[in-house]
Amino acid sequence: MDGTIAPIELVNSGAEAVLRALKAQGVDVIFGYPGGAVLPIYDALFQQNEIRHILVRHEQAAVHAAEGYARSTGKVGVVLVTSGPGATNAVTGLVDALMDSIPLVCLCGQVPTHLIGNDAFQEADTTGITRPATKHNYLVKKSEDLVRIVHEAFLVARTGRPGPVLVDLPKDILITPAPYCEPASTPHRSYHPRTEPDPRRIEEAVAMLKCAERPIIYAGGGVINAGPEAARLLAEFTRLTGFPITNTLMGLGAFPASDPLFVGMLGMHGTYEANLAMHGCDVMLNIGARFDDRVTGRLNAFSPGSKKIHADIDPSNMNKTVTVDVAIVGDALATLKALITAWKKDATPSNRPALARWWEQINVWRAKDSLRYTQPREPGSVIKPQYAIEQLYKATCGRETYITTEVGQHQMWAAQYFKFEKPNHWMTSGGLGTMGYGLPAAMGVQVAHPNALVIDIAGEASILMNIQEMGTLAQYRLPAKIFILNNQYMGMVRQWQELLHGSRYSSSYSEALPDFVKLAESFHAIGLRAEKVEDLDRVIAEMIAVDKPVIADIWVDQKENVFPMIPSGAAHNEMLLGPGNRDGSGPTVTNEGMALV
Amino acid sequence: MSDTTLRSATISVLVENESGVLARVIGLFSGRGYNIDNLTVAPVERDGSKSRITLVTSGTTMVIEQIKAQLDRLVPVYKVLDLSEGPHLARELALIKVIGTGEKRAEALRLADAFRARVIDATTESFTFELTGVTDKLDAFLDLMRPLGLAEVSRTGVAAIARGVKTIS
Ligand SMILES: Cc1ncc(C[n+]2csc(CCOP(=O)(O)OP(=O)(O)O)c2C)c(N)n1
Ligand SMILES: [Mg+2]
Repeated sequence: MDGTIAPIELVNSGAEAVLRALKAQGVDVIFGYPGGAVLPIYDALFQQNEIRHILVRHEQAAVHAAEGYARSTGKVGVVLVTSGPGATNAVTGLVDALMDSIPLVCLCGQVPTHLIGNDAFQEADTTGITRPATKHNYLVKKSEDLVRIVHEAFLVARTGRPGPVLVDLPKDILITPAPYCEPASTPHRSYHPRTEPDPRRIEEAVAMLKCAERPIIYAGGGVINAGPEAARLLAEFTRLTGFPITNTLMGLGAFPASDPLFVGMLGMHGTYEANLAMHGCDVMLNIGARFDDRVTGRLNAFSPGSKKIHADIDPSNMNKTVTVDVAIVGDALATLKALITAWKKDATPSNRPALARWWEQINVWRAKDSLRYTQPREPGSVIKPQYAIEQLYKATCGRETYITTEVGQHQMWAAQYFKFEKPNHWMTSGGLGTMGYGLPAAMGVQVAHPNALVIDIAGEASILMNIQEMGTLAQYRLPAKIFILNNQYMGMVRQWQELLHGSRYSSSYSEALPDFVKLAESFHAIGLRAEKVEDLDRVIAEMIAVDKPVIADIWVDQKENVFPMIPSGAAHNEMLLGPGNRDGSGPTVTNEGMALV
Repeated sequence: MSDTTLRSATISVLVENESGVLARVIGLFSGRGYNIDNLTVAPVERDGSKSRITLVTSGTTMVIEQIKAQLDRLVPVYKVLDLSEGPHLARELALIKVIGTGEKRAEALRLADAFRARVIDATTESFTFELTGVTDKLDAFLDLMRPLGLAEVSRTGVAAIARGVKTIS
């Protein structure tokens, strides 16, 4: 404490105090759904104009919408749900945000304090249920703590490794007058995430990188979380070094995809050149990624000959799955700044001839063109999903476009064929892989960027998981587009069944689908359909042109698979390539691999 | 690649004394599949604002480093100290009830004396001993009491502290 005590003012009700705290935190929009326990907050919302409330149709969607909002703006997303089922419905979204490090504050109603523990109507042990689903959570037990906790929730959500924070608000606290205080100017008692990297580790890293003969930079979502300036510095550092760079699924857009130094996404469905470069490198700089199993493949065969530098804000990510040689704990922005300065200061020249030979090798891999596919052009031909994404990219690349996805093959094709030049324009559920993420996330993005083009690249199965949000799009006139790659299968499940379970397509056919055009119309949106290759460009153009929500139902090849693929339990150099690109039979999946997901 | 030998670690965690903090720590262990061999917790500040949790766990060096990092990033955690990295003291207290008569009863008392266990309650058929020491000493004493009518045990778990001037805060 600095000795000065901020003047404390009593606000009429806890609910009003909460809103005042939100305003002080710069909140302009919240995504929510009412119910008995949060009625006092809804009443307070009704009586003010500064905070906009977006009424969703399901609490899970409120959380994903807040994620889309947060990821596309860099701000904290805010959710408001009622007790019991409101809270439990939000859980999937919270875990999604936890896995992908998205800053959220979820305000949640609770039964009055004197009823807690009595199995009261719509009571759930929300803090108990969400403890492992959040970065931190709070149950407010006293009016005196209310505002401090709300402010603290924002601090915890946005600093360090960002994540979701839940505040459980008993109804009596919301109706009782509560003291208001401004956000604390003093440091938190116990929570002090490290953001500045240790200069000695930076020097070690630079020394290692300077001698590298076959280096690679592997950048992830941490760079995006550190803000656009971090992405700018990542580009500066990469160009300074001339090293090849790959991005994780969460990191797409952290480095411009059109830059020749970019070797594409890595991992299970990464490019041939990215994965082989990871496998064959002698020095790896991981910045803002966490050696996720989708990225590493079989751990004991992961980049076996390399020295590894890992820069991450979360110390618990260090040596968690992969042992590293230099661990730099810090914010990606501060780390990149330090790396650039140290690189320029260190007089050692980097090994240019070796680097040139490395690029020659990478270009040989690149020439394999592992994302190659063939789209028959004769009228009447079935649309290849990859082609649909490429045409969508071409039609939108001159505009301010934000892409969200659902989960499945379409998500991977979007990651492979849509080229991201800037951070914060790509939102996908990476860590949890939540079907139903994309539509509400697109809603959140569109709320934040009303004039931008926002497209959810969807699968026909995933889209049904939160299809009710079409109502929210209509209510708020959010012209987000839903671009369904309709293969009539849970394609990703079907692909695994084809490759691993003898083509026994158990429960993966999308039976009894709705007519998506009529479905769109019944939700006051526009429905479009492309059945054949000649329909595609027209449908895309129409979809972009209308200033309304659109469902574009794109019928694509039902049997197409995502390649390259590193099957579970295989190593980076054991990739399965597309049909036109195979030399041999490819890797076989071991029993151990069969047990992996 | 990584070391697979298991080691035991005694870790002290200074935490904000707020509701749910112990659940957070325990949930971390169960959720991530870490072992808890022993755990104690009690407030240690005069105003009751901070508690100290002492955990005995086992795992590979990599896992123990993970445990410490995971504990450290919990919001109400002030400090994590791996006492097993240096010289430290660890003590546990046990209350031990032995029921019996005759020669066995006399033998129990003789052994208790040798272990410096105190008799804190006695009837004609029973003794309750209080014994403090390292975990191994308590285990050894209990092994000896088993054939002599050991009826019930209550143990506090381990409290531990670094030797010398080193402190957790
Ligand atoms: C909530 C949820 N349930 C189940 C899964 C498992 N899953 C992953 S992809 C997938 C199929 C998705 O089908 P679709 O949306 O049609 O996409 P496609 O793979 O066909 O492009 C399923 C069921 C999941 N990721 N999320
Ligand atoms: Mg599908």
